[in-house]
Parts: sequence; structure tokens; C-alpha cells
Amino acid sequence: MRPFDYHRGTGIEDATRAAAQGSFIAGGTNLIDLMKLEVMAPERLVDINRIEELRGIEATDGGGLRIGALVSNTDLANDPRVRRHWPVLSRALLSGATQQLRNKATTGGNLLQRTRCLYFYDRAMPCNKRAPGTGCGAMEGVNRILAVLGTSEHCIATHPSDMAVAMMALGAEVEIVRASGATERLPLDDLYLLPGDTPERETVLAPGDLIAAVILPAPVEGRQAYRKVRDRASYAFALVSVAAVVAVEEGRISRADLAFGGLAPKPWRNRDVEAALVGQSPSEALFDRAADILLEDARGHGDNEFKIPLARRVLKAVLADLTTGAAA
Amino acid sequence: MQTSLTINGTARELDLDPRTSLLDALRHHLGLTGTKKGCDHGQCGACTALVNGRRVNACLSLLCMHDGDEVTTIEGLGQPGALSPMQQAFVEKDGFQCGYCTPGQICSATAMLEEIAQGWPSHVTEDLEAQPELTIEEISERMSGNLCRCSAYPNIVDAIRKAAGETA
Amino acid sequence: MTEQLKMDAPATDRRLDGMAQGLVGAPLDRPEGPLKVTGTATYADEYRIENLAHGMLVRAPGNSGRVRLANREAVAAMPGVLAVIHDPRLLRNPAQGTANKAPVQDPNEAHYLGQPVALVVAESFEQARHAAQSLEIALEGGAPRPVDPETAAYEPQPAKGVDQGDLDDAMAKATHSIDVTYRTPSHSSAPMEPHASIAQWEGEDLTLRGSYQMLKYNRNELADALGIHPDRVRILAPYVGGGFGSKLGLAPEAVAAAIAAKETGRPVSVALTRPQVFETTMRRSETRQRVRLTVDPEGRLTGIGQAALVSNLPGEVFSEPVLQATHFLYAGENRRLSLDLARVHRLCAGSVRAPGEAVGITVLECAMDELAEAAGIDPVELRRRNIPEKDPESGKEFSSRRFREALDSGAEAFGWKDRPATRSRREGEWWIGYGMASAARINVLKESRARVTLAPDGTARVETDMTDIGTGTYAILGQIAGEMLGLPRESVEVVLGDTDLPAAAGSGGSWGASSSGTSVYVACQAIRAQLAQRLGVAETDLTLRDGQAVFDNRTESLAAILNGDEIVKEGHVLPGETSKAVRQATFGAYFVEVAVNGVTGETRVRRMHGSFAAGRILNAKTARSQCLGGMIFGIGMALTEEMAFDDRDGHLANHNLAEYHIPVNADVPQITVELLEERDDWASPLQAKGIGELGICGAAGAIVNAIYNATGVRVRDFPATLDKVLAGL
Ligand SMILES: Cc1cc2nc3c(=O)[nH]c(=O)nc-3n(C[C@H](O)[C@H](O)[C@H](O)COP(=O)(O)OP(=O)(O)OC[C@H]3O[C@@H](n4cnc5c(N)ncnc54)[C@H](O)[C@@H]3O)c2cc1C
Ligand code: SF4
Ligand code: FES
Ligand code: FES
Repeated sequence: MRPFDYHRGTGIEDATRAAAQGSFIAGGTNLIDLMKLEVMAPERLVDINRIEELRGIEATDGGGLRIGALVSNTDLANDPRVRRHWPVLSRALLSGATQQLRNKATTGGNLLQRTRCLYFYDRAMPCNKRAPGTGCGAMEGVNRILAVLGTSEHCIATHPSDMAVAMMALGAEVEIVRASGATERLPLDDLYLLPGDTPERETVLAPGDLIAAVILPAPVEGRQAYRKVRDRASYAFALVSVAAVVAVEEGRISRADLAFGGLAPKPWRNRDVEAALVGQSPSEALFDRAADILLEDARGHGDNEFKIPLARRVLKAVLADLTTGAAA
Repeated sequence: MQTSLTINGTARELDLDPRTSLLDALRHHLGLTGTKKGCDHGQCGACTALVNGRRVNACLSLLCMHDGDEVTTIEGLGQPGALSPMQQAFVEKDGFQCGYCTPGQICSATAMLEEIAQGWPSHVTEDLEAQPELTIEEISERMSGNLCRCSAYPNIVDAIRKAAGETA
Repeated sequence: MTEQLKMDAPATDRRLDGMAQGLVGAPLDRPEGPLKVTGTATYADEYRIENLAHGMLVRAPGNSGRVRLANREAVAAMPGVLAVIHDPRLLRNPAQGTANKAPVQDPNEAHYLGQPVALVVAESFEQARHAAQSLEIALEGGAPRPVDPETAAYEPQPAKGVDQGDLDDAMAKATHSIDVTYRTPSHSSAPMEPHASIAQWEGEDLTLRGSYQMLKYNRNELADALGIHPDRVRILAPYVGGGFGSKLGLAPEAVAAAIAAKETGRPVSVALTRPQVFETTMRRSETRQRVRLTVDPEGRLTGIGQAALVSNLPGEVFSEPVLQATHFLYAGENRRLSLDLARVHRLCAGSVRAPGEAVGITVLECAMDELAEAAGIDPVELRRRNIPEKDPESGKEFSSRRFREALDSGAEAFGWKDRPATRSRREGEWWIGYGMASAARINVLKESRARVTLAPDGTARVETDMTDIGTGTYAILGQIAGEMLGLPRESVEVVLGDTDLPAAAGSGGSWGASSSGTSVYVACQAIRAQLAQRLGVAETDLTLRDGQAVFDNRTESLAAILNGDEIVKEGHVLPGETSKAVRQATFGAYFVEVAVNGVTGETRVRRMHGSFAAGRILNAKTARSQCLGGMIFGIGMALTEEMAFDDRDGHLANHNLAEYHIPVNADVPQITVELLEERDDWASPLQAKGIGELGICGAAGAIVNAIYNATGVRVRDFPATLDKVLAGL
């Protein structure tokens, strides 16, 4: 870990200013991990934990929730409103990491956690994300956990979050305070960038830009599920995960909000898949068609090829689950 | 970096390199080696300690971020001759072998009973809104953040059930 | 002073059965338990010695070439840095178990990626870590190295194999036969305590606080590596946070710490980081195993073939002894067992819990399951029919072997008779299946010494450099001494893990308990003899209980008999003729119920039972825990554990505990264990055999067999991760 200057942020303005040459630190469960390996080496750490405005979960006028960036994964999963109206989010959070980690991990930090690619983590290895231009060690290497969708020839990393997948399905937005002081709201989908030629750029945030909150829209009709497939029964990242909010009206699917984890460099949402489902009556053939659309451009790289058939099976099972016995 | 905090009920003042993790502060600077280092990267749970009553991985935390916090380590839960019910149950049920993961397991288990009492759900909780029960499945899931390579898991589960019965 | 026992004849007197204290075998709590549960047991890197400096090892970033420290001066000038060490004595490879001399040294050339090449020492851990990360290692003039065992050059190991009868002929004539190839990946011991050493010199004398399993060997290895006399080295390891083979031999941090402490004139602590534990200590070799089995119409094996390919670094003599128990587990007159050792530049291969059987019996037991299916015989019955009368290769008798009982009793306890037909039982999304496998592990006795002191107040102290790595040594040595001397457990103190004490066998190869236990037994026998002499009775007429001696209808306290004296005896046991005269091994059987998800291929072990026979059980509680530990290693082997090597440079990609998946609590059901009553007179005067590894020797096979029963999918490439199951669903 390189030496750094530690700055305890006293307020949003102070923090964003200080972080122009550094990184925010929230729970630290990802940043400290990577700093110890010098995969990340900020010159300054801006500790945002004392900024009260970033705490708390509040109801919004529109019937949704405004989740402060510092709300811990634990508190978010436990929130009675989330458990009742957005259970997919509770479920996703509870399937992630461990109770110890969730107690520290924050909403903002979770969204911005970095890939678990083994080559990204090892400084002796080439990695375009860590060291642009050095090549991608994983492409022809050990890549069981990496992406099959949204990749580029330069990077096949996955985004490891569970929480973000559920938020994506729920149509969440992020509230950002730019270093300039300007506040913006972005759909979560627009926060993330695909690797393309610049895998080192993962989000639209510039240094000093702070995530202040995540906004959940009002709850919608439908059943919710988060299904995570992994290598251990617990304490393992998703190989494939599906977050779904599905409603059936009069025998036809009226809503199918779907997002996927473990498949892509960002929590993955494909509106074409949803469009293919909505208005149709549930059937295995329909679900297969949805999977076809989802996986049309999927490409494996050896170890991770199994994710393609696995994603199909999991998607179909989730859709079958959420549509059988649903209100006709 | 000047940091003031309370550890096992005692106020402490430390002035350390800001890079010092909470775990290394305990082990290298405070002589509290009960909190173990198994991986230093949040992957094993050996460093589990309680911060403001919540269990966390002390390795993924910087001491300087804990100014004003209250930290409880295994040494604060009980001592030889005055074991906590959880510690006693671990001895009786052989909830360990080499003992290296054990302080983390016990800190974790102690916090876990409180979490269940407060109604926190887990990944295996069927009904997110109901009071979770202390089933084997719930215990196993909630204790999965503490690896034990000696693999005392079945005995750890038994110890926790025993301790829960006694403290209930 | 020293009483010696050479194990040349079976100990048919079974003296422990006649003792009166009732300690041996009892499920007593570990005496050191209160220290461990309060965090007050002190492990290697936990001595806060004044003026302690911290060292961090630096790795080779490639697998070949001359090592050059490109920016050594710049790093040496970094804040807090005390030394940058690139000494030819630094270890290149860790030492194999019982090496007793220095392993391969010299960090000047890279042989595998991750090899230690330098040590940076600084005032603080934080400074040392950063300086080590800043040290640039240039590799010059390297050439491509073979890293893939399947394509690398290999050396046959004829001494490990056998060729008896005509297997090809048996294959041609057999009613049923199978010919299958299985693969097991490399495994890491992954003890929870990373290897760590604190070295401290006083003049020319070195004290090393380390985390090691076999101190008498480790001391010689360390002295030899440093080029000093072993008398100058003292190793202390009272508590060891697990080893599972990785701490049998010296690891690189110990030598590095010793050199650094000398060079800086300060005590130095070097702890391996978790990736370094993975990269610089032993891996279990991956294996490719072709198994051929043939049976006659009655289901009797006529032929057994097992051809294994394992690997190691060039020059390392260790080859995973895959065939070790195949030699004797089953009958069959035509036998061809062979082992090849491929030379690859992957990190060093050596002992990981139950080297040999852990993978060899596991695969054999999978093949037996395939054979049972091919022959239409129940898997338990197939095994029962093939229990050989004598060692099928040497013709020797078995010392003791309750194998059949383990099969029967285990099947009964588990409810094997309800095993579903293949791919027939479904609960919702889950396929349910049962599987079983046999357990077998060789038994070994090793030279060991212990000193027992009976103090004038009638308390005793046991002292030996034996270690307790979680195995229960503190418990059982106290129980043996208490039993023999008629003392309550609390009246016996056990002092371990110090090379100044009599040299023990060490913890490894499952021989620790019976070997060190026997040395304590021998010392206690000598003390009993002396007490009897003082009383003028025959030792065999003396009953000792609760600090009292009972003889000739009289009772006298030990304190009175001792009359202010202490009695000190050293026990020394040596293996002898009984090791050669008979086949000594431990046996058992595993039964497993799994649920396999029909959508995802995920497997959950729902029930697991093991019945084991390992001679006299010294402490039913700690022995059971050892079995649980082995079986859970088996769960990891079956389902999740795999060291993933990059085929291009041979580096270990998943060198951390987030991606090398050892089982977590949720992967493990409430396993049941049955320990069968057994006495093995040939093994030791305790009639005890080893139990620390038996639990893993086949366990993974039972799980993979259960996956087949549940789904009809045979996974022949361990571990049975969901993608492999899915491929067949
Ligand atoms: C062993 C292990 C297993 C895990 N398993 C899972 C899993 O199964 N599923 C899963 O989803 N996650 C898992 N995690 C990841 C964990 O969820 C993340 O580490 C955590 O959510 C990050 O949150 P944090 O607050 O600790 O982030 P930090 O480490 O504090 O920050 C992460 C990044 O976000 C930036 N940042 C933080 N807050 C803000 C803000 N408000 N505005 C702008 N930037 C900010 C930081 O600068 C940093 O770059 C695991 C982690 C570990 C170590
Ligand atoms: S996949 Fe991306 S993160 Fe991984 S090595 Fe390639 S470039 Fe780096
Ligand atoms: S040491 Fe902190 S989780 Fe392993
Ligand atoms: S007791 Fe050894 S790791 Fe848990």
C-alpha cells in the first residue's frame, strides 16, 4: 500500500473538492483490498463516513426510496420497506459477500466495486484495465468468472455486484454530485461504461464526482426474485445471477423487468428481452426466445463458456417460477 | 495519524501510519493478538471483531477511520476462567481444532445471535418479513463468513445452538 | 533415564485396557481450549518482541531467467527500509516433509512464477509491504519452460508400481470391466494461519518462533539452510494454526527471517501473505488416473489397473503416492499399478493432507462405483466381496482391519438400503442421490521421544517437541499419562512445541498421536516400574488411580511413595519388525446424500456419514473432529477446490481464498461419524493407529458417486463444479 494523505470529509463540498486528487473511501472493503495489492494507489483518501447527508433511507414524493450512499448493505437489506416492496433488492444484498462485509459495505461503494478478474488483481500479469495497453491476461487465461456479454477484445471483466443487478431491474437512478458542485440524476444503466477500447474507464464519474444516493422508483406490480448461481453455497461471487420483477395479467406477461449479474462488465439489462416477453402468454418456447435474444451476442472464452447455457437455464427457471400460478 | 477509540471498554490513543489496518493496529500495536489474520483481504473472517456492536472484517478497515468507535475483540468477550457462554460452548462442543479461526468464529457467532434476535433476515430466510429462526440452515449461512480449514463446522453449529439455548 | 521400545513384536498385553483412571478414549475437552477460545493461545507471529522489524518476501514475476533486482538501491532508501535481502541461502522451494536437510536454495534464477527471490525488511509492516511491492524484479535470459503436466516430459517411478499377473488378459476375459480416466486438480492445504516466523539471534544462537508441524526436522532444515549447527537453533511452535502438510517442511519465510535478523541485528518477523501461502508452500499434485477394473460373474475382482500421472518441479523427488493404498485395499490377482512423474515449472508439489490416498482412493472408489453399475452389483456389496484375505501383493496379514464392519455398520446407520435408482428421485428442482466409498490409509509409526516428570506432589508433566496443529495432542498426551500414572487429567501438564524438549515424530502422516503417544506411554511405564520397585511389588500388580497407588490390598498416595523425590523418565519409541511383518492400515466407509439442482447443476451435500476403524481411539471427541475435518476436505475436493493454473506460464491464478474455494459452513451438513472399537497390537502398545487423514481418503468419491446416482451424470474431472454436472443434465 502506497502512502497516502488521509482526509476526513466534513461535508459533501469539502469531500468532492478534496477527492479531485484522490479517492473516496466508504466501507473500504473493496478499496483497501486493492490498495493493499497496489492495484489501486490513490494519493489521497477522502473518508466520507462522517458526512451525515449521505446516510439514511427516505421515502420520496413519488413513492420510492432515496438511499443514501453510505447506507450499509446490511441496513438496506434489513429495511422493512425494502423487504416488503423491493424484496429483490433485499435478496440480492443478502446473497452477496458475508454479514461482516455487508455490515461495512455501502451502497455507493458496492456500485463502484471493481472486477474480481484474477489478472486485474495480480500486478505481475498483463491487464488493460489496471495497466492500459499491457494486454488482457484473462482472455486466453483463467476466466471462469468473467464475462460473455458486453465485452471487448481488450477486456472481458465482469462487474461483481449483486446489489446493482437488483437495482438495475428496479430501474434505479443514481444521484451524483459532480466535483463542480452540480447535482445530477442518471439511470443506473448510464452510470457504467462498457470496456471498448478503454477498459480502465468503468463509469461516467470523473475524479471527485460523488455518488450521493440511489433513488428507487415506486414499487410496481409483480413478483420479484433474485437468483444467484455460484460455486459455493455461500460467500462466493455470482457466476450467473438474475434479478426479475415479473407480472402477469389475464394470462399474459404485463411486466418483465430483468437484469443479469456475472455475465457482463456491468449489471446487464436488455430491453429487447423484456419487450419480447411483455404481452405474451408464458410458455417454455417464449422463455427460450427471450434467452435467445439475451444471449444472441454472447461469446465465451474457454473456461467461462458454460455461462451461456447456464444463463439460459436460470432465466427460464426464474421466468417459469414467477409466472406459474401468478394471477391470471 | 492520531486516532482515539475505545477497545474492550478502555480508551486508547494511537498515532500510527494511516496505512495501518484496524487488524494490524490490534495485533502489532496493542498486543491484542486474539484477532487473527488469515488472509488480510476479507476472504476468511479470522479477523472478525465488533465495531459499535457490529461484526466486521478488521483487515479491511483502516484504524484512522475508527476515531471515536467502540471496538470489541475476542479478549473483550471473556478470558480463561471467565468464559462467555459462547466460548464455553465452543470448548465443550469442540468447535475448533487448531484454534486459529476460533476468535473470529466466536465474535461472529456472538454478533449473529443478536442479529437474529433483532430480526435480521439472511439469504436462507424463507419469509423476509418474519422473525428468523435459529435453524441449522440459518446458522450455517450466517456463519459462512468465517472459514475454518480444520473444518469444525458441524461442531461450531452445535456450539452456537448450545450457547443460544443457554443465553435464551 | 531413557526407556526405549523398538516395536519388534505385537503388544498383546494391551496394558491400557487394564488401567484404572478411565481417561484414554474418553471424549474430554481440549485442555488448551480456554486459551484458544479467548484468543490467548499465542501463534507464531504473535510475540511482540521489542524492536521487532518486519520482512516481506518478493516473488519472481516469471518462471525462468536470471533474477536481477532492478531498483534495489532505490528500495533500500525508502522510508523505514532496513535491508533488501537477496541472499543465496533464501529458499527456492519449500522443504518436503521429513526432508531433514535444506531444500533447494538460491533465488538467483527463476523456476516458477511466484518463487520467492528477495526479502525487504523495514521498521513497520506497512513500510515493508510497500517497499517489497516497489522492488522491481527483472528476469533476464529466460527460456520457455514446460508447465503442462499432460505434455511435459515425465519419469516413470517403478518403485511405486507393481505388475503382477496379466491385466490385459484379464480385461479381455472379464465378464464386466471398466476402463476410465479421471483427473484431479492440484489442491492447496490452505491452513487458516499463514506461515510465519519470528527470528531472533543471541550471538550465534537462533530462536525461531514458527508455525511448523515437525520441529526436529525443521530445525535441521533451518540449520542446514543457514549453514550452522543444529544445536544453535531452537524452534518454538506451541500453537500451530493448521498445517495439513504445508508446514511439514520448512517454508521460505523461516530462512528469510533468520537471515534478515542476522543482517539487521534485530528480531525480524516474516509472515507469508495469503497469496504467498498459495504460491510458496506445497501444492498437492494434480493427477490423471486411468483405472481399469475387471470382475468375474460373481463380482470378484480379477484385475486392477491404475496408471497415474503426477507432476513436480525438476529435481524434486516427491511424487504424489497415488497408488499407496490401491496396493492392498482390494483383491484381484492381475494388478498393474504405475506412476509417472511429469516435470513442470509450477509451484512445488508435496504433501497435502493424506498424500496419495486422498486422490488415489477417491478415484479408485469412483471407478468401483462405475464397475458396480456395469456389473449390476450394489456398490457396498461389490466392496464386501473384494476384501482380500491377505495383502494381495505381499501376501502379508493385515494387522487389524474392521473394513467389512465399517461398510456394514455405515450402510446401516445411513440407511443405504433406501438408495434410489439412478436419476429417479426428485424433490422440486433437486435430484436426490446416494453414494458411498471406502476409506483406506496406510498406518505408520515413527521414532519419537517424550519426557515425563512425576513431581513430588503427585502431578505430572509431559514434555516433547511434538506439535498440536489442531490434532488434539495436548489432550491425548495428557490422557495417556494420566491413565498410566493414575492421575486426573488436570494433574498432568503437557508442554509441546519446543526443540529444547525431547524430539518427537511430529504431526504428519497421521503418525503423530500413536508415535508421540507411545513415547509418553513408554516413559510412564518406566515411572510405574520405579514406583512398583519402591513399593516392592510387581509393576503389573500396581493399580494407580486418582493419585493413589493400590497394591496388596493397600492404598498409598503417590506423594507418600515419592517422599519428596521426583521421577523423570524419557520414553523413546522406534519402529521395528511390526512395521514390516504385517500390512498396517486404517479403513472405513463413507455414505453421502446429495441434492443436485436440475436447473443449475449446483450440488449440496445433504447428509454425510463416516464409519472408521483406526485402532484404539485415544479421545473420542478430538478423533471425531479429525474425521469431520477430513470428510469436509473431501467435500471441498468433490465440489469446489481447484488450483487454477495458467497454461501459458504455469502461474497459479486463483491464489486467494475468495477464488480458491474451500468449503464454508453452508456447504457442510451435520455430518455423523462412527468410530469402531478396534485394537491394533502391531501398530503400537497403545493399539492405536492414525486417524488424522483417514477421513479424506475416498470421501470425495462418495460425493461424486452420489451425484451420479442423483443425476446419471459421471463427472470424471474433479471438482464436480456445476458446469461439469450441467454438461450432462
Ligand atoms: C471476499 C469478498 C467477497 C465478496 N462477495 C461479494 C458478493 O458476493 N457480492 C457482491 O455484490 N459483493 C461482494 N463483495 C464486494 C463488496 O460488496 C464490496 O466490496 C462493497 O460493496 C464495496 O463497498 P464499500 O463501501 O466497502 O466500498 P469502498 O471500498 O469504500 O469503495 C469502493 C469504490 O467506490 C468508491 N466510492 C465509495 N463510495 C463512493 C461514493 N459515495 N461516491 C463515489 N465513489 C465512491 C471508492 O472510491 C472506491 O473506488 C465481496 C467482497 C469481498 C472482499
Ligand atoms: S479481463 Fe479486463 S480486468 Fe481482466 S485481465 Fe483482461 S483487461 Fe484486465
Ligand atoms: S484476515 Fe480479514 S477476512 Fe481474512
Ligand atoms: S480451528 Fe483451525 S481453522 Fe478453524
